[in-house]
Amino acid sequence: MKRLTLLALAVVAGAVTAAACGGPKPPPQAPTPQPNADSAAAAERARQDSMDAANRAAQAAEAERARRQQEADAAAGAQRTTEEVRAMLAAMIHFDYDKAVLRGDDVGTLDQKVATLQANPNLRIRISGHCDERGSDEYNLALGNRRATAAKQYLVSHGIDAGRIETTSYGEERPLAQGHDESAWAQNRRDEFEIISGGDALKKP
Amino acid sequence: MRFLLLGLGLVVWVGPTVRRSDAQDTSAIDRGVRIGIVYQPGVRPGLVVLPGRPAGLDSARAMLMRDLDYSDRFELITLPAGDSLRVGAAALGTAPPARGAPARGRTGGAPAAGPNYPLYLALGADFIVDVRAAGDTAVVDLHDVAAGALRRAFPARLPAPGAAGFRMAVHRLADQVLQATLGAPGMAATRVGFVKDGKVYVIDQDGADMHLVSSTDRQAMSPAWAPDARRLAYMEFWQGHGQLFVQDLGNGERTAVATTGRALDFTPAFSPDGKTLAFSRATEEGTDVYTVNAKDNCCLQRLTVGRFSDNLSPAYSPDGQRIAFVSTRSGLPQIYVMAADGTDQQLFAPFDYGVTGASNAPEWSPDGQSVAFHRDVAGTLQVFVLDVRTRTVRQLTSVGRNEDPTWAPDSRHLAFVSDRSGYRQLWIIDLDTGRIRPLLQQSGARLPAWSPRLPETAATNP
Repeated sequence: MKRLTLLALAVVAGAVTAAACGGPKPPPQAPTPQPNADSAAAAERARQDSMDAANRAAQAAEAERARRQQEADAAAGAQRTTEEVRAMLAAMIHFDYDKAVLRGDDVGTLDQKVATLQANPNLRIRISGHCDERGSDEYNLALGNRRATAAKQYLVSHGIDAGRIETTSYGEERPLAQGHDESAWAQNRRDEFEIISGGDALKKP
Repeated sequence: MRFLLLGLGLVVWVGPTVRRSDAQDTSAIDRGVRIGIVYQPGVRPGLVVLPGRPAGLDSARAMLMRDLDYSDRFELITLPAGDSLRVGAAALGTAPPARGAPARGRTGGAPAAGPNYPLYLALGADFIVDVRAAGDTAVVDLHDVAAGALRRAFPARLPAPGAAGFRMAVHRLADQVLQATLGAPGMAATRVGFVKDGKVYVIDQDGADMHLVSSTDRQAMSPAWAPDARRLAYMEFWQGHGQLFVQDLGNGERTAVATTGRALDFTPAFSPDGKTLAFSRATEEGTDVYTVNAKDNCCLQRLTVGRFSDNLSPAYSPDGQRIAFVSTRSGLPQIYVMAADGTDQQLFAPFDYGVTGASNAPEWSPDGQSVAFHRDVAGTLQVFVLDVRTRTVRQLTSVGRNEDPTWAPDSRHLAFVSDRSGYRQLWIIDLDTGRIRPLLQQSGARLPAWSPRLPETAATNP
């Protein structure tokens, strides 16, 4: 069976060869691919398109990146602003021994807080009064309360809604400076200002 | 008895003591101020606590001796080491008459052989205290040396040393001895609340057995005892407010005081009947004295209307009729008094306007005769006592800064804060002798509050 097949193949091959060599016709030229003008243009267009698309994509990405950068910059800027405003709000004011009267050199600090509270209407704060260690422990709670109230009254008298400001006192229970001399005492006789709410994104006054 | 012997290895706490020679607060008197303490040595009755027999009651004996010493009512006679002076009276043929019957029950019989009365008389002793064991009961014998007889025997079934209730049971024996010798109520079975590092603690009056009371994560102030000596009121800072609590020291449960905690509420003080809690409340109006019904935990009442002054630190008189408090109505804080309902407010401790320094922290003595407070003298604080009847004040201290006095239930001892040793700690002064001892050797302890006598518990009664 195998042999038969081989034989048949040989016969067919011979016949084909004879036929081929029998004609005078020039062998047909192998068809060279002729670039078609249309398709060339299309290809060129496609190439151009893809380049354009790539360019556009790149540009878009670039624009997007720039936009994000801008946003990030803006956010960072806002964050920086918020931090700055927070620091401004946290600036302490100080008092003379056994006194709850605002000192002249603290008026600027308080005016800044007025402006900040006006620029940020959702902001609520707590003022806590503190004392040095020289007075009586329990009386100092009352004295610290007077100190916190004095600052609040200033803010309220400059147009801030009283409901936005809480007051409290820690007496001499939370000293800032641990020493036992006038320099430590002077630092400890103070009002602290902390944000209760509305302090996430703050505007500069 | 068996469990007492087991406790033999217990370390006996030896309290810090101050030599009598420098115990008086009378040095550095200046500006003509008379320090109102005159110490007369040798007028107090002599007392001797007999040494070791049997050894198992060593810690009880040591505590008893210290309590009697700290009562400042006796000259404690120290015997030479050993039992050389323990000569049996029976050997001398002077058996003690059985005049003194046991205080309670039949467990405490008379000792087999009485002490050598003539010998102790020669040593200057008026009383002999002997601690012995009778079965499972400890017996404290009190001998009257002049009478040459056993005056009383106090039997007590003591918990094992170190077990809960042991120390207070011994402290109560000391108070019983004092009552039987001099007819005076003692202060051994008491504790002192105080603040350290922003926490409230209590400690026995002899400086042992310190316990934390307030919570570990909040800053606390101003402990104040309920008249039952079982509960302690104090203040904690909560979110910018002052929250008052009343805590049962037996089970540790605490209750927030009604209406407090929404403002700055501080300096709680129980009325003597325990029904009312007075306190200070600081608001934007200033600080004023209020009361709540402590029994039903309700019903806020305002006693002072300060407007431009502060009113704070209420302290009830022992009859509950009046309240001493601090007011800034004349400028600097000074001591005022009012009826318990807030009427009839008037100056209490006299002062010279523009001269006398700020006065604060009044506390009424349990006998009602005095109000202790502290006053700024030339820039530092000193403890003063106001005589309620004559309304005159005398200065008690002059060494270092001394503040926040609190009365022992015997009305003759005061605990206070002093930096006389170089740092602020708690000290106890005896007003009659001027003797001063440190309550605890830890820096930063302040705002002491001395308890009433602790209630007896079933465990300590035989």
